[in-house]
Amino acid sequence: MTNGPIDLDILAELKDATGDEFAAELVNTFLDEAPGMIAELKAAADASDADGYRRAAHSIKSNANTFGATALAELARKIELGGIPATGDLTDAKALEASFAKAAAALRTLNND
Amino acid sequence: MTDAPGHLLIVDDNKVNRLLLSRNVELLGHKASVAENGRVAMEMLSSQSFDLLLLDIEMPEMDGFQVLEAINADPDLRELPVLVTSSVEGLDNIVRCIELGAEDYLPKPVNKTLLSARVSSGLEKKRLRDEQRRLLERFATTEVAQDLQESGFAIGGKRANASVLFCDIRGFTTLSENLAPEATIDLLNTFYTLMFEAVTSNGGIVSLMLGDGLMALFGVPQPLNNTAQSAVAAGHEMHSMIEMLNHDRLADGEESLRIGIGIATGEVVAGYAGTDNRATYTCIGSAVNLAARLEAETQNTGSRILVDQETLDLLNGVDIQKTFGGTQIKGFSDPFDIHAL
Repeated sequence: MTNGPIDLDILAELKDATGDEFAAELVNTFLDEAPGMIAELKAAADASDADGYRRAAHSIKSNANTFGATALAELARKIELGGIPATGDLTDAKALEASFAKAAAALRTLNND
Repeated sequence: MTDAPGHLLIVDDNKVNRLLLSRNVELLGHKASVAENGRVAMEMLSSQSFDLLLLDIEMPEMDGFQVLEAINADPDLRELPVLVTSSVEGLDNIVRCIELGAEDYLPKPVNKTLLSARVSSGLEKKRLRDEQRRLLERFATTEVAQDLQESGFAIGGKRANASVLFCDIRGFTTLSENLAPEATIDLLNTFYTLMFEAVTSNGGIVSLMLGDGLMALFGVPQPLNNTAQSAVAAGHEMHSMIEMLNHDRLADGEESLRIGIGIATGEVVAGYAGTDNRATYTCIGSAVNLAARLEAETQNTGSRILVDQETLDLLNGVDIQKTFGGTQIKGFSDPFDIHAL
């Protein structure tokens, strides 16, 4: 069962394993932390910092997988494996930001249900 | 498999992952502490003790591979089980973790059932290793146990300069004839406790217990500045401990104990002798034979401590009670100058 950007089975599994309240708090932590990770990704692209770029994408991938944000995770994985683009090229970072916005909106709705 | 709670250290640079892993670990009934990168983790490992490490790979400052290498290089941490939890890409990275000593690799997001099984088995391994270490220390000495853990077990010896001390209770057979078996064992336990203390507090190890006597080594397996000085200091300490014990024994109306001590110094071969299944840390060389003969000779000369010339030459500021020049010692063709301290 999917609801657009979020795989509801994975999210349900997380709630099952850790408790509804904890899972909701964890979603909020992710929503708070992710913009910082995207900012790190952009900064790394600007500074041609390949390690920082890979690490930021890796972090987003890992968290997206936790919440069932499969499309976001897949995109982050591509960026992690794709290597750093030309200095200042933010095409991928912006695509990731857009994908995160969709996932975040869906997670917020689900969290308020 | 035991489910005794353990204290786990979770190392991850990502806040969501730290919270989630802590929660999972706590729901399994264990205690969780967190570190946000490898450097912080190493600091925590040096000041507190943990039962298991859950380690991420991709981290700033010090990554998981570097943590595994640092743990391997530290004898105090080498036994700590490490579970790598990561979503790192590529089989070669996972292989590298295992090669660097990780117990196992759990892909993220971590499956709770798998985590539970791995943590239990990791904690059980830690418990068995701790138990093994305790047993080793009970039946060997701390120094030998450390030597075994650092260099591994191998039959064979190395050459070293050492002082060998033999100590024996005078007339123990007669003494024990008048004692109940339980009282004899009791007396021996007291005797050994005091003698071990005198040996170890002077940097030596007790390598053999022989009924009512013992053999102690100074300078192996760990080197000492002045092996003779340490052995003689231990010998004097043994005598003063026996005097204190006799004080109590006389007050209880019991017969007093008398001991004799022989010390010789020289090059010895020390190491593990025996078979792969049963071996003992031992020491071979003419200093060993001579020390045993000197200890026996204390009965004839009525001395407290008898030392050979090599031991005497290494001592600074010593009171010689008497020198027995040209003494013929059983098992040696040439006579010796031996000295009573």
